Amino acid sequence: MIAMLKISKYVLYDIVRNKVMIAYTLFLFIASMSFFQMEENSSKAVLSLLNIVLIVVPLVSLVFSTIHWYNSYEFIELMLTQPISRNKMLLSEYSGVSTSLIIAMLIGLGIPVLIYQFDATGISLVLVGCMLSLVFASIAFLASVKSRDKARGIGVALLLWFYFTLIFDGLLILLLFAFSDYPLEKFTLIVSSLNPIDLGRIFIMLQMDVSALMGYTGAIYKDFFGSSLGLLYTLGIMLLWSVVPLWLSTIAFRKKDL
Amino acid sequence: MIRIQNIRKRFRKLHALNDINVEFRNGQVIALIGPNGSGKTTLIKCILGLVKPDGGEIFCQDQSINESVQYRNSIGYMPQIGRYPDNMKVGQLFKLLRDVRGNKTQIDEELYFKFKLDTIVHKPMRTLSGGTRQKVSAALAFLFNPDILILDEPTAGLDPVSSEVLKSKIIAEKDKGKLILITSHVLSDLEDLTTDIIYLHEGKMLFFKSITELRAETGEEKLSKSIAWIMQNQTRNEVRYLKIAK
Repeated sequence: MIAMLKISKYVLYDIVRNKVMIAYTLFLFIASMSFFQMEENSSKAVLSLLNIVLIVVPLVSLVFSTIHWYNSYEFIELMLTQPISRNKMLLSEYSGVSTSLIIAMLIGLGIPVLIYQFDATGISLVLVGCMLSLVFASIAFLASVKSRDKARGIGVALLLWFYFTLIFDGLLILLLFAFSDYPLEKFTLIVSSLNPIDLGRIFIMLQMDVSALMGYTGAIYKDFFGSSLGLLYTLGIMLLWSVVPLWLSTIAFRKKDL
Repeated sequence: MIRIQNIRKRFRKLHALNDINVEFRNGQVIALIGPNGSGKTTLIKCILGLVKPDGGEIFCQDQSINESVQYRNSIGYMPQIGRYPDNMKVGQLFKLLRDVRGNKTQIDEELYFKFKLDTIVHKPMRTLSGGTRQKVSAALAFLFNPDILILDEPTAGLDPVSSEVLKSKIIAEKDKGKLILITSHVLSDLEDLTTDIIYLHEGKMLFFKSITELRAETGEEKLSKSIAWIMQNQTRNEVRYLKIAK
């Protein structure tokens, strides 16, 4: 356990010196500060920020974690010749990476929200940002453990990002059109759990007044996601999304030849 | 003590290791020789748990290496090509490994000082030359005073002076009764170190004999000549790779 903390600490230290993470934090900070400054109505700013969080955070988490994994391959190999188990090694890498992503999130988005919009909506925006960082770092770990080649690993990470941000929604709309004669509210609720980005979007939208514009479906959603059960459900599914890929990657890593 | 039972490993079509059975005891210095790609490094990586064999089991001090990773506390490993994080400084590397191992074992810094690594603690690993990296690897392998030393091509890339320093260190550790496993293509380096020889060929173990047995059998005094003799009589084709000492 102590060894694991030491390794995580080293990983974190290595990442903090890496300028990419600083640039990411600054980008989040400047973007959120300027949105809050520009918009008269701060909930409009949250809406704009939501789109940034839903697109940029998964992308950065995926690409950064993948590249980090391949760059620290030597380090991982070195550590595995020491009395450190594969699980511990993978988990300490993950905790180092995800801690740095969450720190960036808390500084870059958390501080502006604290200043301008310190209410349920603002906090849930930061929360969704943090959860998405965890989820996509975990998916990136699975992708990079599974593929030995760096270029392929990053390719897979980018494809996954495309899938979750664009392709999934396209498929969902197609499905909804095809079955538009049937009541699909419950169904879409379940299907949206298959995409953490969608889940995050719905969760935040329903914290805001815009849900009133979404008609009957919106009302059903509001009923569910507005309640504390909805909050627990969202958090639970997000947690599953971050634990399951990580768990699968520990299994794959245990069998891997270095 | 290391016991290897029926280890098999395939990389796609290539039989890297084909049913290896062998037992190493403390006090032995075993030279692992064979042509390139004969499975020497794969065997070493299997012992370290870096490569997972397809079948068979390895025991270290009578404990299966799949049970716990603690056995690596008693192993010092010097890789063939030392690959280290680029940004890490030499001093940091040593400190990190000492942190990870804990303070249980006593520290042996002889090589660290003899190779003058204390003068380059602030240099990042990426700026080091191949030979200096090799020195770092050697110093790390001996640092925790392990019972088992696994050295993959230890003298490749070292200058003659450092190479001698390393060799005398290996002899000193051998005299303490440690188990040492060495691979090398330079047979003259192995001459005064080894007690036993393993010859691997295309993943199969051709023989595992002590030096005295080998000498008696071949009638040659020099290790390189005995190996050459065996090769000529057993497998005619693979002799040329050996750098035979004069």
